[in-house]
Amino acid sequence: MPLPSYTLGVMEASAYAPEVFAHGLPSSPPEQQPAANGEPIGSVAGVASALLSLQGISLSFGGVVALADIDLSVRSGEIRAIIGPNGAGKSSLINVISGVYRPDRGHVKLDGAVYAQVPTQRLAHLGVARTFQNLALFKGLSVLDNVASGLAYKVRSNFAGQVLGIGRSRGEQRDSLSRAEQILEFLDLTSVRDRLVGTLPYGLQKRVELARALVAQPRLLLLDEPMAGMTASEKSEMAAFVRAARDRFATTVVLIEHDVGVVMGLSDRIAVLDYGRKIADATPDEVRNDQRVIDAYLGVASDNEDGAGI
Amino acid sequence: MTAITSDFSSAPVLPKWVVPVLLLAFAYGVVPLIGSSYLFEAILLPFLALSLAGVGLNILTGYAGQVSLGSAAFMAAGAFAAYNFNLRIEGLPLIGSIFLAGIVAAAIGIAFGLPSLRLKGFYLAVSTLAAQFFVQWALTKFSWFSNNSASGVMDAPRLSISGFALDGAIGRYLFALTIVSVLTFLAHRLVSSQTGRNFIAIRDNETAARIIGIPVLKTKLLAFAISSFIIGVAGVIWAFAYLRTVEPDGFDLDRSFQILFIIIIGGLASIRGAFFGAALIVVFPLVLSRLGGFLLGDLFDSGVLDMSQRIVLGALIILFLILEPDGLVALWDRIRRRLLFAWQST
Ligand SMILES: Nc1ncnc2c1ncn2[C@@H]1O[C@H](COP(=O)(O)OP(=O)(O)OP(=O)(O)O)[C@@H](O)[C@H]1O
Ligand SMILES: [Mg+2]
Repeated sequence: MPLPSYTLGVMEASAYAPEVFAHGLPSSPPEQQPAANGEPIGSVAGVASALLSLQGISLSFGGVVALADIDLSVRSGEIRAIIGPNGAGKSSLINVISGVYRPDRGHVKLDGAVYAQVPTQRLAHLGVARTFQNLALFKGLSVLDNVASGLAYKVRSNFAGQVLGIGRSRGEQRDSLSRAEQILEFLDLTSVRDRLVGTLPYGLQKRVELARALVAQPRLLLLDEPMAGMTASEKSEMAAFVRAARDRFATTVVLIEHDVGVVMGLSDRIAVLDYGRKIADATPDEVRNDQRVIDAYLGVASDNEDGAGI
Repeated sequence: MTAITSDFSSAPVLPKWVVPVLLLAFAYGVVPLIGSSYLFEAILLPFLALSLAGVGLNILTGYAGQVSLGSAAFMAAGAFAAYNFNLRIEGLPLIGSIFLAGIVAAAIGIAFGLPSLRLKGFYLAVSTLAAQFFVQWALTKFSWFSNNSASGVMDAPRLSISGFALDGAIGRYLFALTIVSVLTFLAHRLVSSQTGRNFIAIRDNETAARIIGIPVLKTKLLAFAISSFIIGVAGVIWAFAYLRTVEPDGFDLDRSFQILFIIIIGGLASIRGAFFGAALIVVFPLVLSRLGGFLLGDLFDSGVLDMSQRIVLGALIILFLILEPDGLVALWDRIRRRLLFAWQST
């Protein structure tokens, strides 16, 4: 399996996505505000190592408890896996982190700012990108345009400028296309750049979705089963891309994956969910030998490798 | 433009601008010389107006994925607004009235686009019906809009540009052609811009679009505004250049459906598709009436024509939805590729 060629030397992190690094964070107001949606409700000083932490997150749908009092901390620069059987609440957790769901209780702390619900619309500005368990690509756009759309949050020219090709629109356009092309090269997708994304095989579509998330050079990358439905060799290729992305862009990764072999090899720490509860949270070696984990999950891992479900 | 040069080497593909430029040269240079007044009055003028309306609706429905059944209302708003601007503002050039009419239609479009922030698909379509009924009601109810005319039917102002009269059939054709060409070109630029890609992103996956930071609400309302602007101007052309009267009657729900059919038959999310669809919708009743008269003689009166028209059109739409969901444009492209291929392999 060929490792991706590291052709991104031209892209210095700071030059690549300057605003994410410069002012990607909400300038958190010091006073405690009521938890309006999407507004930081406070700030914490100097928890330097944890980029993201969840505190007491609970979420239920009708009678179904998807998440029960979950705490989770994610250190800057680590690959943090979340595993668990189908329906354990893994996707719900990522949806809470990305603001798609509002938890019933608990807070999300993202680099100092505390949210009752993370503001989805500002997620990209906060330096967070994600992929979805089921592909969420824009079928009517080419691979290149899908990836370039990952930079749409930075566009400041208006439609009139773009139509007439005046103002900053030209520069923005050139910029986002060249950045998208660099990411395509990084993920070995250049040969399909002009294809309509819906015409690609499933495995490649998954990779395009990773490219769309990576192009903004997020500080936090949430991956919901990026290897689901792949062959073994595709999986290890994808694992190499995830690791390469982390190393290259210093991105922190939260990864949901059913294939325990892949997870053990790839991640720094693993949290295990079962019926919405966190039953373990440790290094791969410790998790491998945890009796509760073995009972709940590892013993049956081979049955749900492909992780059907949401 | 490296992409274009590499295209050249692989196949005899013309640069994209060649066909539109040739078509325009033909439409400006040849058609006025050879066309009969029947061609202009009965075919080309309604074709141009409906094509433009199709382009407008396609931006909203085809690209941004927001279904609308209110197109005729925006046409009516445009036509009446242009009429009133022209009537009431001394010295405003005609083109100014038309532009302002587009702005009025866009504002109404934004107002009736607000439900799209909450509603989707079928429910949104139903809510755009409100625009259809409200605008028609307001135009009949308040006689101010029709300058207190007793019949509610007003003569459209004579077309002229900087004192140069364009009120013959050819003049009106050239007037309509120019406006349609300019707006179509801008629409083409729009759909291939970042904003156009945002439209498609919202259509294809709204959640993902929001997550990557596309301003979803703003973009949807922008789609309504731009679409309604274009449809409003199409309404002006319909009333001023084609019918030469301004009245609420022709802008009913049937017209809204007609424009929706144009983009479905022509091809959703395709600027060319609107022209293909409009051509079919305009030419098809004429062909049908000739054919019917030829086959059935006197039995084929206007009632039978109307009925058979609806039946055949309905069948066509169902056929297209099943067999060629991408419309005439896709069909055309496939045929052209076959021909090119056949031509290359000889
Ligand atoms: N939007 C929703 N509406 C109703 N129930 C939901 C919703 N999202 C999740 N659930 C429920 O919450 C529970 C946890 O679901 P979740 O998708 O988070 O599990 P998961 O760990 O990602 O499972 P899988 O491995 O199958 O993807 C399930 O019982 C699911 O049915
Ligand atoms: Mg899941």
